This record gives sequence, structure tokens and C-alpha cells, in this order.
Amino acid sequence: MSSSIAFNDVWVEYGDQIVLERLNLAIAPGSFVSLVGPSGAGKSTLLRMILGQEQPTRGQIMLDGEPMRREPGPDRGVVFQRYSVLPHLTVLGNVLLGFEFAASPVTARLFGAARKAAIAESDKLIAEVGLAEHRNKYPHQLSGGMQQRLAIAQAIAKKPKVLLLDEPFGALDPGTRVQMHDLIRFLWKDCGMTIVMVTHDIKEAFALGTRLIALDKKRRDAQAPGRFGAIITYDLDLTRDSAVPVMGFKPLGFKPLPPSTPAQSQGAH
Amino acid sequence: MRRMMNIAPGRGGRLLLGLLPFVLIAMLYVAGSAERRAANPDDKLLPPVSEMAAAIKRAAFQPDRRTGDYVLWVDTAASLKRLAWGLGIATAGGLAFGMAVGILPLVGATLAPLIGVLSMIPPMAVLPILFIVFGLGELSKVVLIVFGIAPFLVRDLALAINNLPIEQLVKAQTLGASSWQVAIRVVLPQIMPRLIEAVRLSIGPAFLFLIAAEAIAAENGLGYRIFLLRRYLAMDTILPYVAWITLLAWLLDAALAWIARRAFAFAYVTERR
Repeated sequence: MSSSIAFNDVWVEYGDQIVLERLNLAIAPGSFVSLVGPSGAGKSTLLRMILGQEQPTRGQIMLDGEPMRREPGPDRGVVFQRYSVLPHLTVLGNVLLGFEFAASPVTARLFGAARKAAIAESDKLIAEVGLAEHRNKYPHQLSGGMQQRLAIAQAIAKKPKVLLLDEPFGALDPGTRVQMHDLIRFLWKDCGMTIVMVTHDIKEAFALGTRLIALDKKRRDAQAPGRFGAIITYDLDLTRDSAVPVMGFKPLGFKPLPPSTPAQSQGAH
Repeated sequence: MRRMMNIAPGRGGRLLLGLLPFVLIAMLYVAGSAERRAANPDDKLLPPVSEMAAAIKRAAFQPDRRTGDYVLWVDTAASLKRLAWGLGIATAGGLAFGMAVGILPLVGATLAPLIGVLSMIPPMAVLPILFIVFGLGELSKVVLIVFGIAPFLVRDLALAINNLPIEQLVKAQTLGASSWQVAIRVVLPQIMPRLIEAVRLSIGPAFLFLIAAEAIAAENGLGYRIFLLRRYLAMDTILPYVAWITLLAWLLDAALAWIARRAFAFAYVTERR
């Protein structure tokens, strides 16, 4: 289950400051899009627009060919860099919450058999992200990596068609980050959702994405820094059958440079 | 030598240091009382502890000659009843309105300016109006307490809700929550500790309004009694009454603090001690 996302001529302006200009972008269902770019280039703005947390000043965003609802909803899951999990609920409580919201409009709580069934399903997700032994802990008792695992479990409980990741692994140590990459790659293949991930880590962007989009301000006016917004400067297809030369893939006519030998470097003396 | 800011007392030391000022004040009082009594056997300003004990015994354990009431308990019950009604209504109303103002932008836009203005009206200035409108009975006293602290609670809660990370509210919506569900499962549990803290801070003002109202028009109550006895310069009863009011307020504060820590432990994990 995955969705296509399309931006038609989208502009974002804050007052007289233009953040994004004339954005046209079509994201195919099931793709894993990495969004990179310098700070202030509008990566997170773009993500928040898909989320429904922010609205474009001009233009339209389509989800599966229909104009998107102008607020967040259960069809689009999200994992933020911080504050994604609720501090007053345990690991189990956090995952359970999605089921409770869906089944119980008034009390937002489940009782009896319904609660048992929801707990069983939540436990399955908690085990899937490797938190089974921590299910009764509160978020402040978890490490940063474990909190992000929890946020992911919480998000995929709703089986979203789109999963949005806003620098989800930015605050994690390199070892934990590699583990998280494996987890998210597995879940992406398993659930088959469309993923859009904002990241500052170029290596991560290439390693995970099937498509890489770079945003940057191409034109600058020294007198009016807000006059021009960011545009898409690179749009790379990272799938194996693409013709774009990217790290780890050999396009046609590619000849590797001869490795430098110890003899050569000695000859320089 | 370590910096002063890094030198902290141990458990026993903390207790000892905390008791020290109380002991000092008690010693000063006893010495002052004895000195005045030596100079003037009829001194009423600093009665000795024995006279205060006798006055407490009269007020608490002997029926009043005229009415047959045990005055201290009748006064305490009357005052606590008014206080409980006032604090209870203010807390419930403050919570409901604070959440509505903090969560729903339309309600916030409508009510926040009004509450901002209301909270600037000195409650004591409207006390005459309350007496005129609600009469001199219990209602006007309860309304004074509510009027005095509810606007503060509303504003404090709305601010606390504004300080919740927007990420949490967005995340809850992506989990399918409605506004109501966000309110009861995401916002409410997280602002309960703040509500309890705000009520704790309101105990002082609540007692202030209570005693002021009782002083002006009442037939019983702790505030009524001390203002009545003022006419007779009966410091031997007034001082124990003040201590008793203080003890009640302190117990209420401690009970609320205990509840907050027991029920909402998650809110206190990052606290500096």
C-alpha cells in the first residue's frame, strides 16, 4: 500500500521571504525519496507540506491524484528527529494509542477483548523494531535510538501509505544509525509504503533512497536575501537500472582510475 | 576550596538546616515574651506559650458558653468548606477553559483577550459587587475565590499547552486522533502536573480571598474569628489561629505535591534536585 505524491507549481512564502519557488515534483508510489540540501533550503517545509502541517502559498499538492487534505491524517505517518513519542506513555502505551484512537472515538481507550487484541498487535510491532524487552518502559528510560524505533513502530501501526522522516537518525551515533538504516529498509520493503526522508547525511541519502532530490537556492540577491526561493537542483534516480552515475554503480563507458601504488608515492620524494 | 554553589548538605544536614530558622524564631519569641511579661504583667502583645495553649484548649476542646460549639472546629469546617468549593470550581473551570483556549485556536482567539483583561481586575475590588449581587452568604465568598484564581489557572494552562512540542500534536493526528482525542490522551495527562502545581501556587491567594471575605462579612470561619478577636487584642488566640491556618495551607500544598509526584512521575524525571 503506497501513494503517489505530486506537487503542481507549489510556492511557499513567509511574508516577503520566498522559501520554495515553482516546485514541480512527482513522486511514484513505493519510492524512497531522500531530500538533501543546505539548512534553510526548505527541505523540512516540503516535508511538512506533505504532512499537512503547512500549506503552500500557491499551487497544489496531490495525493494519489486527489487534492490533499489540509491537515495531518493517519494516511501519512511521520517520525521527527525529536518529540515523536509521548513522554507520559510506556512503549506499549505509545504503540497502543493508534489502535485506541481508531476504535474508541469518545474515551480513546480500549477495554477487555478489544484491548487484548490491540495489545497483541502492538507487541508484534514492538518486537519487530526490537523493543520487546522494553515494552513497559517510559521514553525517558530509552536511548535516543530506541526512542526512534518506538516512533517508527508507532507510525507503522497505522499502516500509512506515506511515511515521512524528518532527519530521523540525525541525533544518533553512527553504529545505531546503521542499525536504524537496516530497520527502515526492511520495513519499507515489508510494508511497501512511499517514504520521503529529509537528511543532512549525504551517505545516508544515497544508501537508502531510490531517488535523491537536492534543494538549494540557485539565484541570490545580496540586497534582498528573501527574494528568491529554493528550487530542485538535482534529481537523481538511484535505482540499479538508472543511467545516472552515482556512487557504487558503473554507468556505460566507465573506467576506474588506476590505483595509486606505493612506488609512485615514493617517487615523489 | 570548592565553589559555594557546589557545596550541598546531606540528608541529615538538610533537615537540621531547615529546622534551624524555626528554632531561632521560637527562641526569639519565648525570650521576647518573657522579657515583656517581666516589664508588664498585663502585656497582651506576646503572650507566653502556656497562655496560647490554654487558649487553644478553650477554643478546641471546650464548648462555647453562648452557642455550645467547639469554636475552632466549627471555624475550620466552615472555612475549609468555602475553600474547597472555591478551589474545586476554579480548578475544574480553569482546566476546561484552559484546555479549550490552549487547544482550539477559535476558542483561544475569542476568550484569551477577555481572560487577559479579567485577570487584571483586582478581585478585592469586586468583592462589594459580589456582596451586593450574591448576598453576604457562602456564595459570594466562593465566587470571590473562583474569580481570584480561575483566570490565573486558565492562562497558566493555556501557556503550558502552547509549550507542548507541536511534533506531539502532529504525531497524534497522524495516528488518527480527533481534536477531542488529542485533548484527553495527549494534552490532559501532560498538563495535569502543571495544573496541580498551579493550584498549589493558588492556595496562598485562595486563603487570602477567603479570609478577606470572612473578615468583612461572616458568622464563622477562621478569618472571621481572628478579625473578631482583634478587637480584644486576644493575641493568645490569634497567633495559634494563624499557625493553624498556615498548617492547613501547608498540608494542602504537601498533599498536592505528593499526588503530583505519585500520579505523574514522568513529569519529574528531568527535575534538578
